Amino acid sequence: MIDLKDIYKIYVDGDSEIRALDGVSLHIDKGEFVAIVGQSGSGKSTCMNIIGCLDVPTSGTYKLNGIDASTLTEDEQAQIRNQTLGFIFQQYNLIPKLNLLENVELPLIYRGYPQKKRHELAIKSLERVGLVDRIKKFPSQLSGGQQQRVSIARALAGNPSVILADEPTGALDSKTGLEVLKFLKQLNKEGNTIVLITHDNGIAEQAKRIVRIQDGKIIEDRPSQSVQQGGLQ
Amino acid sequence: MNFKQSFNLAIKSLAASKMRAFLTMLGIIIGVAAVIILVSLVDGFKNSMLEQFNSIGANTISVSIRSRGGTRTVNVDEMLALCDEHPDILLAATPNVTATGTAKIGTEDLSSSITGVGESYLDVTTSEIQQGRFLTYNDINTRQKVCIVGSYISKEFFNGNAVDQTLKINGNTFKIVGVFEEVADSTEGSSDDKIIIPYTTVRSITQFSFVSSYTFATVDESLSPQGKTIIENFLLSIFASDSYYTVMSMAEMLDMVDTLTSQITLILVGIAGISLLVGGIGIMNIMLVSVTERTREIGIRKSLGARRFDIMSQFVVEAATTSAVGGVVGIVLGIVVSYVAGTLLNLIIKPSYLAILIAFTFSAAIGIMFGYFPANKAAKLNPIDALRHD
Ligand SMILES: Nc1ncnc2c1ncn2[C@@H]1O[C@H](COP(=O)(O)OP(=O)(O)OP(=O)(O)O)[C@@H](O)[C@H]1O
Ligand SMILES: [Mg+2]
Repeated sequence: MIDLKDIYKIYVDGDSEIRALDGVSLHIDKGEFVAIVGQSGSGKSTCMNIIGCLDVPTSGTYKLNGIDASTLTEDEQAQIRNQTLGFIFQQYNLIPKLNLLENVELPLIYRGYPQKKRHELAIKSLERVGLVDRIKKFPSQLSGGQQQRVSIARALAGNPSVILADEPTGALDSKTGLEVLKFLKQLNKEGNTIVLITHDNGIAEQAKRIVRIQDGKIIEDRPSQSVQQGGLQ
Repeated sequence: MNFKQSFNLAIKSLAASKMRAFLTMLGIIIGVAAVIILVSLVDGFKNSMLEQFNSIGANTISVSIRSRGGTRTVNVDEMLALCDEHPDILLAATPNVTATGTAKIGTEDLSSSITGVGESYLDVTTSEIQQGRFLTYNDINTRQKVCIVGSYISKEFFNGNAVDQTLKINGNTFKIVGVFEEVADSTEGSSDDKIIIPYTTVRSITQFSFVSSYTFATVDESLSPQGKTIIENFLLSIFASDSYYTVMSMAEMLDMVDTLTSQITLILVGIAGISLLVGGIGIMNIMLVSVTERTREIGIRKSLGARRFDIMSQFVVEAATTSAVGGVVGIVLGIVVSYVAGTLLNLIIKPSYLAILIAFTFSAAIGIMFGYFPANKAAKLNPIDALRHD
């Protein structure tokens, strides 16, 4: 379903060039739960942004569900982000002046759902993350963990098949971080493909597969310990 | 995302920073208000001018003769005879002689205008007699010391019963034989403060050389040009040069007023339009700031699937809403100020619907035009760059 082939992402800065991605090939199947790990600056976010159609590689081909992303128009990419992908960011990326309900409804608005349907789906989604009693609150009135739950609710609202999470636990304490992880596991069980970026090895081991990146290259790709040990989780 | 959502979003965004929204709108508010005020005032001036002309009658032609041209001169009977020679075009005519002098009632001095006219005066003006009678052919012919007074004099000095009373002009006693109907507001110095006497009598009470002014009336307003030609031809045949007289029809005057006021309106609206333009640039400026400030928001929206058009319409609608709200406020302000100014200037002000419509359309269009550029800038942002922005 996700198919990266010889992906390079090169930033040119004066004479020097930064190879954020230096020949990455990666295949992720439907229903996988992949953790991408690596040091800061290794290229994890760059990789995820390309998977998320937020950024384009300097060279190489990226196919999503068999479609070459480089052949898509900007609006078609927007449509894929809207319908197939759900993003969870380290910085939550909620819109401050919209309340929780409106934030969660956003992807559904761009999908063109009528008000009533939007409302229902957003409420259902907020129910799942346990924040349904605060739908009229604004992001600034919530704790970091709660805000991240809202952003998860937003990512879930449109029921996308792929969830891309860039360090969703990065700004949270370990307890709330584990809570967020529990959600991702749950979603994976329900059949969603999950790509999780983290630099926390403990969290990475909770995924099914670990891909390690260093200096823009994949240096390790293996099943996680939980899979190796128990087979099932 | 549909229009209603864009609109709600725009309202929300404006409400979030009211002071800024207000200052942004100010340019539009002032521009729109200026257009409406200026158009209304010029309109009011024009109407008050037309009203004064109308009391003279739109079918009239005024003739003024500057001096006795050389050896020949024109006499009153010749001029009045033109009406008899062209009855199908010229309806009536009267000489107008302004008498210099002071009228007195008892010991009180009046400031009234005193004019000597002929018996056809009523036919060439819109004046009507309310009490008594007008001057007769006989009054004129025998130089009677009789007069008709305006309603101000009748009300102020005779309790509305002026007929058969007397007043003095330069020491001569005149009998009041009639009272005009009110044409203005019966105050001192208005058109109701006047005394009309036979033009032949003027000679008896003051220095007077010759009749230099006439008013003609044509049978119909549309015959004005023909009437004018007849009079001009006659005068030319006597004076042999057109530098001794002026013939001006009211229709021409109205045309002139019309042309003049529309030119003034055009100039003023042009100036006001410039302030609208400046207002539009203000909106563009703020929208550009707003796009920069909200780059991250734009990135978030794009990551959630907003298409170019969605972002575009969000900002265009916001700009258009800003200027449209400014436009509405400007219209209200413009109407209020027009009325206040009209009251102060003693003008009857009717805010022009056309001006309001144009001002509003123009301001909304400016919002869209000047909103387009920043909106396009926002829509073209690369999602990842926008998301990284802070
Ligand atoms: N817009 C850019 N211009 C220039 N260099 C960039 C740009 N974006 C990323 N880079 C560089 O690309 C490399 C990879 O960046 P990336 O954000 O993918 O790292 P990361 O693995 O996500 O790091 P972290 O764990 O700190 O988030 C870094 O060296 C970074 O400096
Ligand atoms: Mg990163």
